[in-house]
Amino acid sequence: MNRLIGKSVPRLEDPALLVGKGRYVDDIHLSDMLHCTFVRSTMAHAAITGFDAEFARSMPGVHAVLTASDLAPMLMSKRMPLSAAPSKEENSSTPFVLQDREVSYVGEPVALVIADSRAEAEDAASAVQVEYEPLPVVVDARKAYEPGAEVVRSELKSNLLNKLHVGYGEVDEAFAAAAHVFADDIWQHRGCGHSIETRGVVVESRFGGSELCIWSSTQMPHDLFYMLVAMLDMDENRLRVITPDVGGGFGPKYCIYPEEIAIPAAARLLNRNLKWIEDRREYFMAAVQERDQYWTLEIAVDADARILGLRGRLVHDQGAYAPKAVNLPYNSATAMTGPYIVPAYGMDVLIVHTNKVPVSSVRGAGYPQAAFAMERMMDLIAVRMDLDRAEVRRRNLIPPEKMPYVKQLKARSGVAMIYDSGDYIASQAETLAAAGWEDFPARQKAALAEGRYIGIGLANAVKGTGRGPFESGTVRVSQNGKISVFTGATAMGQGLATALAQICAEELSVTPEDVTVIAGDTAVTPLGLGGFASRQLVTAGSSVHLAAKSVAAKAIKAASRLMEVDEDALKLEEGRVWIRDGNRSLGLGELAQVLRGAPGFAFPADLEPGLSTSIQWKTDALTYANACHIAEVEVDIDLGEVTVARYVAFHDSGRLINPMIVEGQVVGGIAHGIGNALFEFMGYDETAQPVTTTFQEYLLVTATELPNFETIYRETPSGLNPIGAKGIGEAGTIPAAAAVVSAVENALSPFRIRISQTPILPERLFNLIQAARATT
Amino acid sequence: MRTHLIEMKVNGKACSGEAVARTTLADFLRHTLHLTGTHVGCEHGVCGACTVLVDGVSTRGCLMLAVQANGARVETVEGLASAEGVLHPLQQAFRDQHGLQCGFCTPGMLITLKELLAENPDPTEDEVRDAISGNICRCTGYQSIVAAALQAAKELRRSGSAP
Repeated sequence: MNRLIGKSVPRLEDPALLVGKGRYVDDIHLSDMLHCTFVRSTMAHAAITGFDAEFARSMPGVHAVLTASDLAPMLMSKRMPLSAAPSKEENSSTPFVLQDREVSYVGEPVALVIADSRAEAEDAASAVQVEYEPLPVVVDARKAYEPGAEVVRSELKSNLLNKLHVGYGEVDEAFAAAAHVFADDIWQHRGCGHSIETRGVVVESRFGGSELCIWSSTQMPHDLFYMLVAMLDMDENRLRVITPDVGGGFGPKYCIYPEEIAIPAAARLLNRNLKWIEDRREYFMAAVQERDQYWTLEIAVDADARILGLRGRLVHDQGAYAPKAVNLPYNSATAMTGPYIVPAYGMDVLIVHTNKVPVSSVRGAGYPQAAFAMERMMDLIAVRMDLDRAEVRRRNLIPPEKMPYVKQLKARSGVAMIYDSGDYIASQAETLAAAGWEDFPARQKAALAEGRYIGIGLANAVKGTGRGPFESGTVRVSQNGKISVFTGATAMGQGLATALAQICAEELSVTPEDVTVIAGDTAVTPLGLGGFASRQLVTAGSSVHLAAKSVAAKAIKAASRLMEVDEDALKLEEGRVWIRDGNRSLGLGELAQVLRGAPGFAFPADLEPGLSTSIQWKTDALTYANACHIAEVEVDIDLGEVTVARYVAFHDSGRLINPMIVEGQVVGGIAHGIGNALFEFMGYDETAQPVTTTFQEYLLVTATELPNFETIYRETPSGLNPIGAKGIGEAGTIPAAAAVVSAVENALSPFRIRISQTPILPERLFNLIQAARATT
Repeated sequence: MRTHLIEMKVNGKACSGEAVARTTLADFLRHTLHLTGTHVGCEHGVCGACTVLVDGVSTRGCLMLAVQANGARVETVEGLASAEGVLHPLQQAFRDQHGLQCGFCTPGMLITLKELLAENPDPTEDEVRDAISGNICRCTGYQSIVAAALQAAKELRRSGSAP
C-alpha cells in the first residue's frame, strides 16, 4: 500500500512548463482578435463631470471606446453582484463594471478601449478626456468611521461597512482579576499578491455573440461562470469558462473583477474576439490588496503569565469597495487566539471604507494579521515579565489532551470552530531544539561583544484549512486505459494535478503519468468552487480519492461478471484486474470498452454503464494545520537593515501526499511572509494616490535576501477527511512576519525597542534605533 | 504606422517578421514569432521573466526593441532542450529540485542561469543567488532554484558539455 501517497513524485506539470510550452492566458491567440485596455481613474475620489472620447475613437486602429452606458444593454446590472449567486438585493458595497459618475480610488475602470493592437488601445486610452471634480478623500481608516467623517462614495451615509463583536466569556471579570495587563497598538500595512503573471481575459465570441468562451487567469472559474450567466443573462449552456495555466494566484485572483465582466460584455456587443492583459502598473492599482489593519489590544495575565483575557478593537481598512462578502476581518478576529487558551475574549471589529484599492484576500486572508497581533502580545508579556518568550507560549498553548479543542467561536459556515488535532506543545519544543533556542543567549552575548546585534524570534500559528462546502472530482477510465480526472478545483501553480494524479493512481494501481487532470473548465465540470483557503487538496483530494475507489470497485465488479469469478478472487494491479491465483486479467481500458456499451448489443446484467464516478465530497468543518517558526536575524544598527540569517519552520499539515510539493508551499509561503515583514509596502500619499506602482518602489524579496530554510514536518492525520490531509498553501506565510519581527526586536533588546508594525522598513527601524540611542 | 522587417536567428533558426518600431523584443518573440515561452511579468525591467540571450548576453526582452535585435542571435527557453526533446541539465534539475511552481518566472530563470554557468561552471550558492537576484519568483522562495542551479552545474561539469 501507499505506493504513491507520501512520495515526492516529480510534477506532471513540469515538462510543458520547462520547455516554454505552458499555455497562459496571454499565450492564447485567436483569429481576428482585438486588444483591450482600460481608462482608469487618476483621482482617488472625484465626480466625473465630462467625458470626451471623440478624438480617441478616430485614432488609428481603434474600434471602440465603451462606457458604462454603452455596455448597459448587455448587462443585467451596472454593478457587480455581491456574490456569484446573485440576489436581486441592492447593495452599496460592490464595484461597478465601469464607473461613469463618481470614482472612488485611483485605478477604478472608467472606460474600455478596443483596438487592433494593445499599443494602439493604450494610445487611445491616454487620449480619452475625463473631467474630474475632486471630492474629499478618505485615506485613514481610523479617522473614517466617526460620524460626520467625509464618505468615500457619496451613495454612502457612513464609511463603516460593518461592525461586529467577536468574543466569548467574562472579559471584564478576567481583566479585574488579572495580575498584569499589557496593552499595545499594532498595525499591519497593506501589500499585494503579485503573481508574476498579472490578470488577463480572452473571450471568443461565437454565433453572433450568442455563445462565449472565456479564458481568465482566475482562481475561481466557476464563480466567474455563474456571475457571467447572471450578469449577461445567458443560458448556462452558451457559456464556457476555462482557466488556462495560471502564473500564480496568491489570493487576488480569488475575486471576480469588473474587467472579467466588461470584456465578455464588450465581446458580445461587438461580436468580436477580445483580449485584455493587465500590465503591472494596473495590477498595483486594480488588483485587490490586503493586510491594512489597526489593532488596539489589551491582554490580561495571572502572576504565572497565563492568559486570562484578551480584548480590543480591530479597524480593518476595506478600501473603496467590497468585492466579496467581507471575510478577512472575521478571519482575523476569530483566528486571533491561535493555538493558545484564552478564557475570555472580546474584539470589536470595524470594517471601514477608504479611497484605496479594494481589499480582499492575499495569501493568508486575515490570518497573518491575527498571528502577528497575538504573537506580538505574547512577546510583550515575556519582555515585561522578564520571562523566556518560548516559556510564556508553552504555558498558554492548548495541550494535546484537550484535542479536539472546541473554540467558543463559530466559523463562517456557522459551525463551531473545533481544532481537530495536533500537538502544539511538542511542535514548539521540536522547533526550539532544532533552532538551538537554548544556546542562543550565549551566542547573542558573544556577538554583542563584537558589536553585532543578532536576535532570535518565534511564532506559532494555526490555520483552518479545507474550506467547503465541497469540491468536485470525477474519475473516468478511457478506452485506452488512461485515466482522466476532472475537478472544479483550480490549478494556479501549486502542483494540484500531480497531487490529484497521485491520489487517483494510488487507488487504481496505475502510474501518475497514466492520469491526466483537467481542472478549471466549466464545460467538463458542472460543479466547482475553486482555489482559496488552503482547501483544494483536502476537498478535491478527498473527492478524487473516493471517486477512484469507486471506479476500482466498479472495475472489479465488471471483471467478476465478465470472467465469471467471485469479486473476492480478483485484485487490481498495474492497471489490470487479475484473478489472484492465475494469470488471466482484464485491463481497465478493456473494461471501459465493455462498460461504454455497443450499439444494439445487450449490456451485462446488473452493471452500470460507464467506468467513471463523480464525487462531491462535502464538508462544513475546517481541519486545522499548525506551525511554529523560528527566525534568526542580524540588524545593522547604523543602517536599519535586517538580514535573515537562519530560519527553521515546523509544520503539521496532516498526511503529506507529496512532500516535495509541501516543501515548496512552505518555503514560498515563508518568503512571502518575510516580504511582508521587511520589504513590501504599498504606499499611498495623503490624497490616496498610490506611490509604489513599480517593482522599483515596491520591493519583492529576491534570492539574495533569503537564507536556506530548514523545515520540519510532523504528520498528525486529520480525522475529518478520508485522506487525512490538512491544507498547506498559506500556513508558511501566516507566522513568518511575526517570527521575523520577534527576532528583530530581540536583536535590539539592548535598546528596549518595541516593534508593533509590519513591514518594518530600514528607515523606520533606523529612526526607532536613533530615538532609543538618544535616550539611553 | 510603418513596419520594419526584422530578421534574427532564434535558437539557431532564421526567423523574420514585420513589426512597428516600438515593438519590444519580448512582444516580437511572443506575438509575431509565436514563441510564447518567453514571459512578460512587469514590462519595466525588474522581474526578469522576459530574459533572453541576445548574442549570448542576457537581456530583458521588455527593455529592448525588436528592431534593435535585427540581425542578432537570440536564445529563448524553447531552444534549451535538444531537438529530440531531451531536457537541458538545467531543465532537468529544475524538475528534480522542484525549482518551479507556476512556471511563469521559469524561462527567465533558466536563461539567466544558462549564462551564469557558461561564465562560471562551478558557482557557489551565493554566486547563484547573486546571478538570479534580478529575477523575481513569487512561488518558490528561491531555495529550490538555487539547488537546481547547483545540481545542473555539477551535471554539466561531470558530462563536460557546454551549458
